[in-house]
Amino acid sequence: MVGLIQFIIDFLSLGGAYALMALGLVIVYGILKLVNFAYGELIMVAGYTLYLVGGTGMPWIFMAIIAILMSVLFGILTDYVAFRPVRAKSVTAVLITSFAFSTLLQNGALLFISPRPRNIPLPDIFTETIEIAGVITPIRNLLTIATAVISLSLFTWLMRRTVIGIAMRAAATHFTMARMLGVPANLIITSAFAISGLLAGIVSMFWLGRIGAVTPGIGLEPLLIAFIATVIGGMRSLQGAVLGGFLLAFIDTGLNYTLPQDLLKFRDAFTFSLVILILLWRPEGLLKGPASGQRT
Amino acid sequence: MIKVSNLQAGYGAVRAVRGVSLTLGKGELVTVLGANGAGKSSLMLTIAGALKPTGGQVFFDGKDVTGATPERMVRLGLAMVPETRDVFPDLTVAENLRLGAYIRRKQVDAVQADLEKMYEIFPRLKEREHQAGGTLSGGEQQMLVIARAMMSDPKVLLLDEPSLGLAPNLVDQIFEMILELKATGLSILLVEQNASKALQIADRAYVLRLGEIAAEGTAAEISEASDLHAMYLGG
Repeated sequence: MVGLIQFIIDFLSLGGAYALMALGLVIVYGILKLVNFAYGELIMVAGYTLYLVGGTGMPWIFMAIIAILMSVLFGILTDYVAFRPVRAKSVTAVLITSFAFSTLLQNGALLFISPRPRNIPLPDIFTETIEIAGVITPIRNLLTIATAVISLSLFTWLMRRTVIGIAMRAAATHFTMARMLGVPANLIITSAFAISGLLAGIVSMFWLGRIGAVTPGIGLEPLLIAFIATVIGGMRSLQGAVLGGFLLAFIDTGLNYTLPQDLLKFRDAFTFSLVILILLWRPEGLLKGPASGQRT
Repeated sequence: MIKVSNLQAGYGAVRAVRGVSLTLGKGELVTVLGANGAGKSSLMLTIAGALKPTGGQVFFDGKDVTGATPERMVRLGLAMVPETRDVFPDLTVAENLRLGAYIRRKQVDAVQADLEKMYEIFPRLKEREHQAGGTLSGGEQQMLVIARAMMSDPKVLLLDEPSLGLAPNLVDQIFEMILELKATGLSILLVEQNASKALQIADRAYVLRLGEIAAEGTAAEISEASDLHAMYLGG
């Protein structure tokens, strides 16, 4: 029983973080049909912002908000720097510019800050634990679950109830048609990048909170997780991204609990084997989503 | 309302529209006929701003709008129903229609009134109000895209193959509706494969062939032209 509760808390907190990461990647992919490879760096940007404002002594929550805003800003910047100038050209061009922007940001951090890990300020609550029904668990995990629930509800509300959300869902399937109804292309794309940055910023608080430090290469793992989650869930579907995130977390947590100690270091190999099996069974991902139009 | 002069457009090396000139007067219903690949849809997309012209000019209400974005064309008062229909499949019927009124989303009451009006004209859409657009039948989707285009309260409507793939009784219904829309003073540019039906309701007609105007005149003149079939079938 205790083990089960422990497992559920671990699974939900990891799943919530994975789902938010995946959602941030798929919202841009859905509209542009292009993977933003500089996505992971948004988490790095949030981390370094937290590190840089760490000395100011202001309350942590303000630092967190500044860090998240920086992530949003850099999300929008990704659009202006890497996507917009070459959007109309070829897929390859955008692929390369988004990799280039990612490398640029990483090298910026290497050059101007340090290749070594930098500690980030964290609130005390992140390191405290709490006992629920005999299970001792970090409060951070419960905060992650709560934040994921709130963020996902807000996101759903935004996409279902607001004009911009409906327009974004429309643009994800027939971009040119949406423009022919007067929906401004640039507004939709920039909004997608801003939301992507917001989700990355929010998730980075908990992702970095686990590690306690930020390095220039910190974005790679979240990018990989988000990418795999969206591939399993179905690249065209927002629900698919969330489902994929939770499924990936379920596999990871499940393996953590079941693998014998000496096999645990090969956990990723087991995870990827399962991902391959899922893709053999459902090559398009679990949720197909609506048939989408051509790349724009 | 619309004047196109010597318009050229294409896809890469393929020149789909090769120097087309046409006019569409206020309240007029003009049809553009032609075989598959004659450049009809490309012409429509170019006027709507979805395809960039490589030459020539487009005027809307006397203003030069050559190369304008699709967003700008809608705001000027042009609505487009593309051949591909492009219902937003995961949006509900109501959401599809509301998005049609995107450019006047601030006029809440007027939009709501228009929405009710559309449901009155198309009771089928009212029945399926909360259903996803992708689950509708072909005929219902066609009604939806026409209603959606009308939600922007346009002055000019571009209709690309509204009868494509529909059952005969539905085709009649769509054509009746086009006449009703014309009666409200709307200017309509209609592309049709069903030439005889289109000529019955149109004021004037153009025949496109290989991206060029092969014939033009009143609907009656074009109907009577003995070589219509030859031009139409590309013979």
